[in-house]
Amino acid sequence: MFGKLTLDAIPLGQPIPLAAGGLVGLCLLGVLGWIVLKGHLPYLWREWITSVDHKRVGVMYTILALVMLLRGFTDAMMMRSQQALAYDAPGYLPPEHYNQVFSAHGTIMIFFVAMPFLIGLMNFVLPLQLGVRDVAFPTLNSVSFWLTCSGALLVNLSLVVGEFQRTGWLPYPPLSGITYSPGVGVDYWLWALSISGIGTLMTGINFVTTILKMRAPGMTYLRMPMFCWTSLAASLLIVAAFPILTAVSGMLILDRYLGFQFFTDTNGGNSMLFMSLIWAWGHPEVYILILPAFGVFSEVVSTFSGKPLFGYRSMVMATMAICLLAFMVWLHHFFTMGAGADVNGVFGVMSMIIAVPTGVKVFNWLFTMYGGTVRMSAAMLWSVGFMLTFVVGGMTGVLLAIPPVDFVLHNSTFLVAHFHNVIIGGVLFGAFAGYTYWFPKAFGFRLHEGWGKASFWFWQIGFWLAFGPLYVTGLDGMTRRLQHYTVAEWRPWLLVALLGALTILAGIACQIVQLVVSIRGREALRDTTGDPWDGRSLEWSTASPPPAFNFAVLPDIHGEEPYWTVKARIHDRHRLPDTPRYAAIEMPRNSPTGFVCAFFATLIGFALIWHIWWMAIAGLVGAYATFVVFAWRDRTEDEIPAARVAEIDAENRRVRGEALDAMETAA
Amino acid sequence: MSAAAFAAPAEGAPPERTQDPYRLGRGAGGDDESTGHGAGGPSPKHIVVGYGFWIFILADFVTFATLFAAYAVLKDATAGGPTGAQLFERGHVALETACLLMSSVTCGLAVVAMRVRNRFWFQAAMLATAALGAGFLALEVQEFAGLVAKGAVPSRSAFLSALYTLVGCHGLHVSVGLLWLLTMMAQVAAKGFRDDVVRRTTCWSLFWHALDIVWVGVFTVVYLMGLRP
Repeated sequence: MFGKLTLDAIPLGQPIPLAAGGLVGLCLLGVLGWIVLKGHLPYLWREWITSVDHKRVGVMYTILALVMLLRGFTDAMMMRSQQALAYDAPGYLPPEHYNQVFSAHGTIMIFFVAMPFLIGLMNFVLPLQLGVRDVAFPTLNSVSFWLTCSGALLVNLSLVVGEFQRTGWLPYPPLSGITYSPGVGVDYWLWALSISGIGTLMTGINFVTTILKMRAPGMTYLRMPMFCWTSLAASLLIVAAFPILTAVSGMLILDRYLGFQFFTDTNGGNSMLFMSLIWAWGHPEVYILILPAFGVFSEVVSTFSGKPLFGYRSMVMATMAICLLAFMVWLHHFFTMGAGADVNGVFGVMSMIIAVPTGVKVFNWLFTMYGGTVRMSAAMLWSVGFMLTFVVGGMTGVLLAIPPVDFVLHNSTFLVAHFHNVIIGGVLFGAFAGYTYWFPKAFGFRLHEGWGKASFWFWQIGFWLAFGPLYVTGLDGMTRRLQHYTVAEWRPWLLVALLGALTILAGIACQIVQLVVSIRGREALRDTTGDPWDGRSLEWSTASPPPAFNFAVLPDIHGEEPYWTVKARIHDRHRLPDTPRYAAIEMPRNSPTGFVCAFFATLIGFALIWHIWWMAIAGLVGAYATFVVFAWRDRTEDEIPAARVAEIDAENRRVRGEALDAMETAA
Repeated sequence: MSAAAFAAPAEGAPPERTQDPYRLGRGAGGDDESTGHGAGGPSPKHIVVGYGFWIFILADFVTFATLFAAYAVLKDATAGGPTGAQLFERGHVALETACLLMSSVTCGLAVVAMRVRNRFWFQAAMLATAALGAGFLALEVQEFAGLVAKGAVPSRSAFLSALYTLVGCHGLHVSVGLLWLLTMMAQVAAKGFRDDVVRRTTCWSLFWHALDIVWVGVFTVVYLMGLRP
């Protein structure tokens, strides 16, 4: 009846996962109870869960990422404390548990923190910057989000029901084959990632279509803000790379479930095929993460330097060059496979070439700041911190791209330090910069600057304390994923690394305090004008938070920095543009399709992990029925009458008029 | 802060010139001339939907490309088991191919009927497409059953694993296409040629034709090259 699922699946004998899972469960129940008791459920259902508004979906993505960041960071603390304790000792985490911890850490941080954070920002910002009212496929957008949630739920479920994989964040065969990993851990990874991967693919398709086909009149390609360009590049990479992940996961699933022989050691299987295919997805994935972050930095640096982005066109070229080169370097993840000197040489050179467009970008940011009026706000601090940190990460990457060096450092903590250097210093700092920068646009009030800056400094110093030592131990021969060790020289470095992790913890604490303080003191931090940073692109021309339809009338674009030009003209003429003629606006209706679909996806995933075949079939039928019901509905859009649009826009014009008056009086 | 919201560029000079005192690295006149597409604003819905679906088809082609790559790597890894030349039957594959390619013709006719809003011929052509698609699937199942009867099961060798996966994935797509086809027939019957129904049917027809393209690849790489002496 329940396949492989029995009561033994709940790890009663292991106190740590059980306690952790219990705590998370209690928190979830508490939040749910609070929502239901306070009567917020109908509101939440109507305005958020069923929402197809890109701004709401974006905010929900970001919340998912922040919550998962806490989970992933808890894993990190466990690893750092284990390695601090486990010198010539077993530590407190048994090997089979420690292996699950580092596997879950990587999986969660990449797929359920970095990806949703950046996709959340893209969701929120893209249509606003392009001057349109929504993404190309609003309901599909909601489906994507809820499928991502479904994947996150499955990964976290493995904490209390069964186990997670012990193979590292990627299930390398033959270790991940059914012979060496007979448990459900690898299956959790495979199904969770297949489900959320489909969601990500749909997001990629949605954004490519949005950027290429949905732009305000006059918004030509070379007038798009840099964030739109980098999002386009990342979305193209998603479209081209994620199907590979789906296919290769499918092959491993067939190996594990039906005895296929793709990656086995017997009957002609080839496990290096898995490495090649997974990294043909995995390396573009790196750029899927970093490119949107580059876009955020471009926006932030330009705004807070009071200058247009330096070398806009070279930035576009560099972005698209990275997009292309991303697919030509994957073999550097397995130089040690033994493909030979020629092959390794080619991929080594390709990997170094990719540093060139990246270097172009760094210089462009520096020159944007040069001669500008730089305001060191929290968002700008994250950006400057990124430039300093990321350059070092890039340099160690170039080191690792030299095949002979890689043979020495392969799978050492030097590698671990390198990719944290680019992912924390690049992706995460970018996500935090974007979070600080666009927060007032989403909620109508700014985040507290002081706590933001404190958080930045803790993160920045903590990062170097945590990962600087790993560079050293890596050069000293320490391999990654060690549950215990006996080399005395590594010990002091690993203690420093723990101190670093604790410093980062302080940074995270500051971010939580920042959020609480900002919400409580929101009246003082209120953004009344919709343009708190003196911005240059279109999102700052709307109210904060923007109305559901974003723009009362679609803006007409005449230049590279549309809102800056508008502001300059307003200032010149000493008055706002004439009141436009408003028309009724059709907005897509909310739909529970995404939520219901993800419910069935979770059911299917869980059923397949535990071999409960009838439940999987029921889930498939349910998912199909959901789409049919969606396709059958007769009203797909709601109309907002012109009078209502005029009323909402009048308020936006009033505050902007007041701001203009105040400024002229001051002058 | 409100003052900052409308902060003037530096005094004296006209605003455009002072935005970037250096104007380095930027083409002349980037603020005035149109440098790309997009001057007309957002595209109409049927364009957006079709375009998005094309992007999906490209992504789906990448899925198949991965399976083709795996097949190419593993096709000689027969581990002492049967090879393609021993298993494939030319006539059977020719019949399968004929079914599928003919179904694309009838699919095209259905779309023509939809354009002229003729319900009867639309349903008739869709039904013919469904029959040909189902025929293709029946032949494929028959082929797989024959392979299993000869002991050529997927777990026998990496070559057979790759073969079943590549051909089976195409078959799975055809099955999904068939389910979608029947859903569209039902929807046209219930709702008529409503705008969203027409858009969906167009996407379905793109999907169906794309499966033909993939089959041409499968036919060539798996069967023709496999039968080559």
